[in-house]
This record gives sequence, structure tokens and C-alpha cells, in this order.
Amino acid sequence: MNAEFLIPLLAAAVQSGTPILFATLGEMFTEKAGVLNLGVEGMMMVGALAAFTTSLATGSPWTGLVAGGLAAAALGCLHGLACLTFQGNQVVSGLALTILGTGLANYLGTPYIGQTAPGFMALPVPGLSQIPVLGRVLFSQDALVYLSFALPGLFWLFWQRTRWGMACTAAGEHPAAAEAAGLNPVALRWAAIAAGGFLVGLGGAYLSLAYTHLWTNGMSSGRGWIAVALVIFAFWRPGRAVFGAYLFGGVMAFQLRLQASGTNLPSSLLLMLPYALTVGVLLFSAMRGQGGSSDAPEALGINVEPRE
Amino acid sequence: MPFWKAVKREEPLRWGSFFIFLAAMGLSLAISCALLAVQGRPPLAALSILWNGAFGQWYAVEDTLLKAVPIFLCSLGVAVAFRMQVWNIGAEGQFALGAVGATWAVLAMPGLPAWLMLPLMGLCAAAAGGLWAVIPAWLRTRLKVNEIITTLMLNYIGILFLDWLVYGPWKDPSSFGFPMTREFPPAAVVGAIPGSRLHWGLAVCLAAAVAMHLFLNRTRMGYEIKACGQGRNPARYARMPYNFLVLFVMGLCGALAGLAGFLETSAVTGRLQPSIMVGYGYTAIVVAWLARLKPGAIAWASVLLAALRVGVENLQLDLQVPAAFGGIMEGLILLTVLAGQFFRNYRFKTRRTDAAPAKEAES
Repeated sequence: MNAEFLIPLLAAAVQSGTPILFATLGEMFTEKAGVLNLGVEGMMMVGALAAFTTSLATGSPWTGLVAGGLAAAALGCLHGLACLTFQGNQVVSGLALTILGTGLANYLGTPYIGQTAPGFMALPVPGLSQIPVLGRVLFSQDALVYLSFALPGLFWLFWQRTRWGMACTAAGEHPAAAEAAGLNPVALRWAAIAAGGFLVGLGGAYLSLAYTHLWTNGMSSGRGWIAVALVIFAFWRPGRAVFGAYLFGGVMAFQLRLQASGTNLPSSLLLMLPYALTVGVLLFSAMRGQGGSSDAPEALGINVEPRE
Repeated sequence: MPFWKAVKREEPLRWGSFFIFLAAMGLSLAISCALLAVQGRPPLAALSILWNGAFGQWYAVEDTLLKAVPIFLCSLGVAVAFRMQVWNIGAEGQFALGAVGATWAVLAMPGLPAWLMLPLMGLCAAAAGGLWAVIPAWLRTRLKVNEIITTLMLNYIGILFLDWLVYGPWKDPSSFGFPMTREFPPAAVVGAIPGSRLHWGLAVCLAAAVAMHLFLNRTRMGYEIKACGQGRNPARYARMPYNFLVLFVMGLCGALAGLAGFLETSAVTGRLQPSIMVGYGYTAIVVAWLARLKPGAIAWASVLLAALRVGVENLQLDLQVPAAFGGIMEGLILLTVLAGQFFRNYRFKTRRTDAAPAKEAES
């Protein structure tokens, strides 16, 4: 294991961790306001497809990116409709969203299989990309990776230092108290679903516009679920999400490289790695958080019932 | 401010829930048809293909019932787990492990007579599926690890494990490179019911349904399982062994899904191959919720969803509709039925009728 192997691997880890990071932060944003959305996998798929087709039609990956975010947010709003308006069970609604979103993307995407769309290219940062190791790992990436660097800090500021962020947290911790304080927890939850969904969609868009530039059905292959697990692993803190996302990015990149190198290990067993790691990561956080998952928003997954 | 608000019903809607179900199904079908129209396919013709494909002739009905068998078995377990608020999303992986377990019995002891072979296969399948489900249950009860994600991850792992077996150690040397095991000996094949293409797995379903009904309604443990749906603390106060019940229900769930995997490999494909994994375990979740977690209703709900699958296969052949269309319909049905259940307990009241009497009182 030398630098010639390690540096490209780390760069690939950051790249393949980025879509997971977007999705994890998006889900975290929604969960902080008390809404458990298990539709991340479906929303990523829909976001990936919308971004791909829009970029193909307009020739602009940035337009595609926004379209991907909006499409995932729109799908997320179905979750809002089912749970916030119609008081449905959040677990079941999220599962429905995943089934529906995956189906939609694979159905509408079938004609596009194998096509390529204009996507995001590597954009080395002048100066910073010359730093010996970090330059190649962190600063020779595409624009979306740089965008993702800024997000965790912004999220931290949002939740800790702004009125809106605290209102969102209140809606997730104790909606009744939030309402008594003059806030509208249902409206806050709607906003959190839409905004979180938009971010999840950016993660999907990253898959089809930056990670690859072509469409394949089922391209998110469980990344949405990994993101749901990472929110728990991160104890609902944005900084730890970065670590988790790059860890998974690293494992995925490592497994791809191992396969490409013509190893004797069967590919089915290699493909298990990220999923096994997800279980491992949850185990780890469960052992760390023994004595109750007090880090989770208190009212996570519990609907706000309409008042008489 | 919206002009309406939700008000809780004095008593739950009784017969209306059937109409809610019809409305939800109608809405899902309408949206699906609109999606077909988007891709330039005739929606009405598609509906008739869907119907005829699933129920049009006896042949089609047989297809539907064949697919209903694994969906029913998986769903029966899932519904009991969901009743306890144990979110087992892992029927798909437990189904895979069941198929693997049954195949192991055949490959390890190929010479057994049918009367010994078939029960042994069933036992191995139930044990493998059950153990696969007990892992996340144990993690949940011991370490409070979220079972939704672990069961789902074990789906991916279980399916990849099956893949590894049929691509590697269990591959039939004379299969021309196709990933499949050797064909099972006749003694390891669940036979057809004479005069039809249906197999005796249908009888297994019937037995499982009766057993489940008796278990839930006639035994102490069945009662406790239903009571535990209220959550961990009420169960504790009533001195019920909550953790044990979670393990037991998950094991039961996995065993039933494992049996479904056994029937599918033995009766339908006659060998282990990756094509048996078509998402019955996920369909089972839709079915369980559609049946409002009532074992009695699961039978017809699984026939309905099986019919949908057969119908979509026909759409694929006749109109080249992508297979993913089935997923869209299942997702829509689950979502609309879930939202529709709101009306069982609530109704909407317009604010105007609320405000009018108040104004009169003022003047």
C-alpha cells in the first residue's frame, strides 16, 4: 500500500462519499424537525433521474442539479401529505415513498439507459490543489464536492445560532411546547421535509451528473438507506455525518478498486461490504449511546395530531 | 388559513372503510394510467390487459394464485410483527435464506425419499429464515439497534449471499456458466395439485393461516403479542416478556418467509437461481398494510397484489411497459391506502359552517 495507491483511493472516497453526505444531511434536516422519512432511497433515485434528464435536455448540469433537488422535494411532499395532513404512520409512508420513487425512476428512466448527459467535471482549486496530499484528495474535485464542504458548518450554525433553526429543533423535540410558544410545528415540519428532500435530491443528482455521467436503473443501490443509518451514527450532528459519509465512500471506492484489480475474491462478497459496514456502524453507535438514544429528537416519528 | 380542519370522529367509520379502500385503489390506478399515457401508451387498453392478464382465464388465475403463495406467507409474518410495532422490512432476505436453507438440505442429502426430504427442506428453510430474522431482533432487544435498517441491510446481504452460492460453490458444472444449482431430484420437488398447475404450497398457506389464527386468538402468547402493540412500557407493566416476544415474533416472521423461499425454489424453479428474488418480501409489506394487519384479510390482499404482478407481466409483453411499473403501482397503493385510513378516524369540517353560528350569536 503506497502513496500511488492511497491518494487516488482517498480522492475517490471523497467523491463517492459526497452523494451519501448530501443525503445524510438532508435526512438529518428532516429528522431534526421530528419527521422520520425512510423514503430517502426513492427520493435519491427520482432526484438522479430528474437531474439527468434535465441536464440532457438543457445541456446545463446546474439546471439539472436544481431539477433533481426539486423533484426529490416534490416526492418528499407526498410524505408530508401522508403524515402531516393525513396522520399516516411515518415508517410505512417512507417505505411507500421508497417503493414508489424507485419504481418511478426505473420506469421513466428505462428509455435513457446507457445514455450520457453533460455533467460536472473536476475543477481543481487554483493554489489549494497544489498542496501535497490534501490538494489531490480534497481540492481537485468537482464543484459539488466543494459545496458539500460548506454544508455541515452552515447546518451547525443554522441549528445552534438562528431563530429558525431553533424553531425546527423545537418542532422535533416537543411540538406541543413549540406550539404553545407561538410556533407552528406542522408548518415547520413541512418546511423541513421540503428542504431536506431538496438536499437528498442533490445527492441523487450527484450520482447521475458527477459520479457517473450516464443513466443506469437502480443506480443508488442502497445509498439512501445508508444515509438513514448514518444519521443515527452521527447522533444528529452534521460534523460526524461527514466522517461517516467518507468512511462509506472509502469502503465503496476500495471495493471497486479491488474488483478492478482482478482479485480472486468473488464480487458478490465484496459488494456486501457497505451493507455489512452499515450494520456494524449502527452496532457501534448503539454501544456508544448505551442507556438510551437521547440524541434523537424526542418526537421523532410521532405525528402532530390536529387539535379539536 | 385553510377553509377546512380535521375533526375526530365520534365513532370510527365502519362500512365506509371499504369505500375508502376503493377510492384509494381507484386513485392509484388513475395515476398509473396517467403515467402510461405520458409514455404514449393507451391507458384503457392497459387496464384491460391488466385485468385479463390476472383473471381473464383459468390459466391466468393459476398464475395469480401461484404468485400469491409466497406473498401470503411473507405477509402473514410481517403483519404480526407490525402489530407489535416491530418493523421487519427483511422478509426479502429471510425468503432468500429460506431458499438457501432448503437447497442446502437437497445438496447435502440428495438421496432421501420425498416423505423425509420435503419436511427436512421445510425445516431447514424455516430455521435459516428464522435465524436471519432473529439477528436484527436480538440487536434491537439487547442494544436498541434500529431494526428497520438492519433488516433492510440483511436483505442486501442475504441476496448477495445467495448470488455468491450459485455463482460459486453451488454452481451446476453443466449449466453452461449460468448461475444456478443442479436441478433438484424429483423427491425434493413439491408436487402439483392434480388437474392444475398449482402446487401443494397452497395447502401450506391454508395450514399457516389456520395456525396463525388459532395462535393469535386462542393462546396466551397470541394475546400478549396483540397487547404489546401498545408499546414496551404498557407491556412491562402487565409483566409481559416483551423482549422475548419480539424475538419470537421475528423468528416466526423469518420462518414463514423462509418457507415461502423453500416453496418457490422447490415447486416453481426446481433449483436455486437468483431469479427467485423478485421482491415478494417488499410486496408483503404493502399487502400487510392493505389488510390492516388482519390475518384474515391478508389472503385476499395477497391475491390482489399477486394479480397486479401477473397483470404487469402481461403489460410488459403486450405494451413493452418496463417492469418497474409494478413498483409504481405498489407504492401508490400503499401511500393512498395509508392516507385514506385517516378518514376512518377523522373527517374534514369546513371552517365556514363553524364560523356562521358564531356570527349570528354576535349580532
